[in-house]
Amino acid sequence: MTDVAATAVEATERELLSFRVGGQEYCVDIMSVREIRGWTRPTPVPGSPHWVRGVINLRGTVLPIVDLARRLGISAEDASDRNVIIVVHLGQQTVGLLVDAVSDILSIAENDMRPPPDIASREGETFIKALTVVEERMLRVLELASLLPDTGREAA
Amino acid sequence: MTTPDPMAEIRASFFVECEELMEALQDGLTMLDGGDADDETVNICFRAVHSMKGGAGAFGLDDLVRFSHRYETVLDEVRAGRLEPGHDVVLLFMRAADILSDIVHYSRDGLPVDPDKVEPTLRELEALISDEAEEEEAEVTDFQPMTLALPFGGPPADRVVRIRFAPEPDLFTSGNEPVHLLRALAALGEMQITPDLSEVPTLDALDPEAACLAWEIVLTTNRDRAEIEETFEFVEGLCKLSICEEQSGLSLPCLPGLPPLAMPPAPDAGVSPSAEVRPRLTLTAPPDCSDPEEGTPPPDTAKTHAPQPAPATPIAVESPVATAARPATTPPKATVRVDLDRIERLVNLVGELVINQAMLSQSVAQAGLPTNSPVVQGLEDFMQLTRDIQDSVMMIRAQPVKSLFQRLARIVRDTSAAVGKPVRFVTRGEATEVDKTVIERLADPLTHMIRNAVDHGLERPEARLAAGKPSEGCITLSAAHRSGRVVIEVMDDGGGIDRPRVQAIAEERGLIDPGQAMTDAEIDALLFMPGFSTVKQVSNLSGRGVGMDVVRKSIQDLGGRVSISSSPGKGTCFSISLPLTLAVLDGMVVDVAGEALVVPIGAIAETMAYREQDIRSVGPRTRVLHIRDSFVPLLDLGVELGFRPAKESNAGSVVLLVANEGETLGALIVDAIHEQRQVVIKGLQQGYGNAPGIAAATILGDGQVALILDPVDMMAKAGTRPGQTQPALAPTG
Repeated sequence: MTDVAATAVEATERELLSFRVGGQEYCVDIMSVREIRGWTRPTPVPGSPHWVRGVINLRGTVLPIVDLARRLGISAEDASDRNVIIVVHLGQQTVGLLVDAVSDILSIAENDMRPPPDIASREGETFIKALTVVEERMLRVLELASLLPDTGREAA
Repeated sequence: MTTPDPMAEIRASFFVECEELMEALQDGLTMLDGGDADDETVNICFRAVHSMKGGAGAFGLDDLVRFSHRYETVLDEVRAGRLEPGHDVVLLFMRAADILSDIVHYSRDGLPVDPDKVEPTLRELEALISDEAEEEEAEVTDFQPMTLALPFGGPPADRVVRIRFAPEPDLFTSGNEPVHLLRALAALGEMQITPDLSEVPTLDALDPEAACLAWEIVLTTNRDRAEIEETFEFVEGLCKLSICEEQSGLSLPCLPGLPPLAMPPAPDAGVSPSAEVRPRLTLTAPPDCSDPEEGTPPPDTAKTHAPQPAPATPIAVESPVATAARPATTPPKATVRVDLDRIERLVNLVGELVINQAMLSQSVAQAGLPTNSPVVQGLEDFMQLTRDIQDSVMMIRAQPVKSLFQRLARIVRDTSAAVGKPVRFVTRGEATEVDKTVIERLADPLTHMIRNAVDHGLERPEARLAAGKPSEGCITLSAAHRSGRVVIEVMDDGGGIDRPRVQAIAEERGLIDPGQAMTDAEIDALLFMPGFSTVKQVSNLSGRGVGMDVVRKSIQDLGGRVSISSSPGKGTCFSISLPLTLAVLDGMVVDVAGEALVVPIGAIAETMAYREQDIRSVGPRTRVLHIRDSFVPLLDLGVELGFRPAKESNAGSVVLLVANEGETLGALIVDAIHEQRQVVIKGLQQGYGNAPGIAAATILGDGQVALILDPVDMMAKAGTRPGQTQPALAPTG
């Protein structure tokens, strides 16, 4: 949906929100970002995958928190109140992504997006949709759908 | 997201209307069967079918039109008094209503209608008229199907009827055309029309959307009033209409259901006149009538006849219950049809408000303000209001169980026909309101219980007669509010539970030890055992051996309980007790390894201090609690949920005894009990952990999410995998 909207409005430019996770820079399509929140201690949920920190209260909604560093297999540093939660919305799901810090909002031309190299097939790198370079820094564009559990399959 | 097709929307609302009309029809038929029907009841049924036909015609739903037309024709015979609605006839009508409901559903889903299902009933219906019509048609060869015989008075003669017809703007905006109406009227007899132009403004003041025209019509006809009314049937409520019969000197009231605007009722009328009075009996004289009956003031006249509920509202939410005495007048309740999503949203918002208010109270309490400060007092008022709002919103979600009961009436009819046992179905407390979600999820278990009651509960007619009971069995379905819960009972007057046989079967299947001494209640409870079925022949209705245990499971999922009482030869009663809503829960907030957890109060039988001397070890990992000469499994909740490794000693902890249906299942060790409170239930998203025993989540006063435990489930799962614990979660924060 966001892809359609983005191409309809501006054929080439896409706005991305960039943030740091475990010393690396990532970004997501800004259209999927709902809000950015400070750190709240999540309530752990028994039986959840190791990369799910638990759930927090987002104005009355129970919001699962995905520890992006653990999900990407980067590091397992403990979260602190300096961490930030990016609330993203994908399809019917709303999820909080736990990241180190939010950096910037960038406009990137569609042409500047490079597909990830073929060797990036190991776990942790299949989550990357595209790569792009901004001011000599390499940004990894995340594929949100692959980060989140497949609710359809889990429910069945 | 998608652009709504306006036609699809109208179509959807037509089918919603159909549901309501079906309900009205069912009500009417139940009343007919109960024998407390009058002309108006038949009229309601007729109008319900007629309205469906009208709407179906507009959408080109030919199957629906065809069936409802023939159904309506037969109903009209009853309405005209030519067909006596005896028990058999009403039963046929009910079957026809079932089929009509099927056709409505098929039409809605765009599925083809199976003619084999429809045709036999149609033929039966038509057989009814042809029998009756043969006598009729000897005299009246060209009788119109819509014609009504007057209930009193001689053969219809030519009369002069004076009609005043003043359309409202809505009549035009809804696409009606007065010319067609007037033409239809002209077909009834000789007609003179005088337009009333007095309301028409000058051109400069003309509002093109206003309806300024009115017509005075003098109709000389031998047709009766109902036919004249019928002409205006589809503009009911869209015009001001008055019909006066000159010959009789009586004015007839406005069309049923038309707003009595044309004739403002006398201010002192004890009974609201005109609209609530049965049309054909009414002698009410509206003030604008030219020739009222002399010396009879309208209100008095109205009082002399039993006033009936306004007939144009067959879709009123609460119609009288068949078994209850009908109130003299039931003014139709104004209702609004609201999208369920909007209500869900409102419920969610109120849930958030409640949480927010709790958080606010907590911070005010922490601020240490004196209790007489304006902030604290204002907050108390605020809390009161929040509670009131919460209650009111929950009431919006509440629905009468009537629609569910009507669906079950059909199950009774189908089942009774399939097993060949005549059944009388009695419902009580149809107006009892229960949360909509609860109603929806009750349908399946109740269907099963009703089938069971007919199939297993009732004896065969011969056996009943031999036992000195009427051959027709009776199934009673009742609903009532009892101390904050809803109790639904399914009663039959059959043979009761054959306890020796139940016990024998349970022994045969290895469910119990042979020769075990059991109390009656224990034997009855065997019916709920998985894999238990007393009927040797597996019928296609019930008795697949997955019966009552599934019923009990689904009731328990709703937070309810099922119990049985039965006396031999008299019958069996299954009683379901349910919480009023699924949205809030009474819970005990406990502390486990620093995390707050909510345990439903209903599942806790007892709490006690942890005492080392009561604990016994069984094998390396399993522990049991010795309590009152019995041993129950003991689980450390912190370990079970993976919050912490097993402790050396649980001294100082609290033990919760978990019970279900009065049976103690086990004990859970928690660190401390915080408080007891109502919590708003929040669902957990799929895919983020689905630990056994975790039912949902809630938000506590401090804004923290707390998980709601399902201790019964947890015990059941722990029982299947003894000693298995999950890897400890890394502590967070």
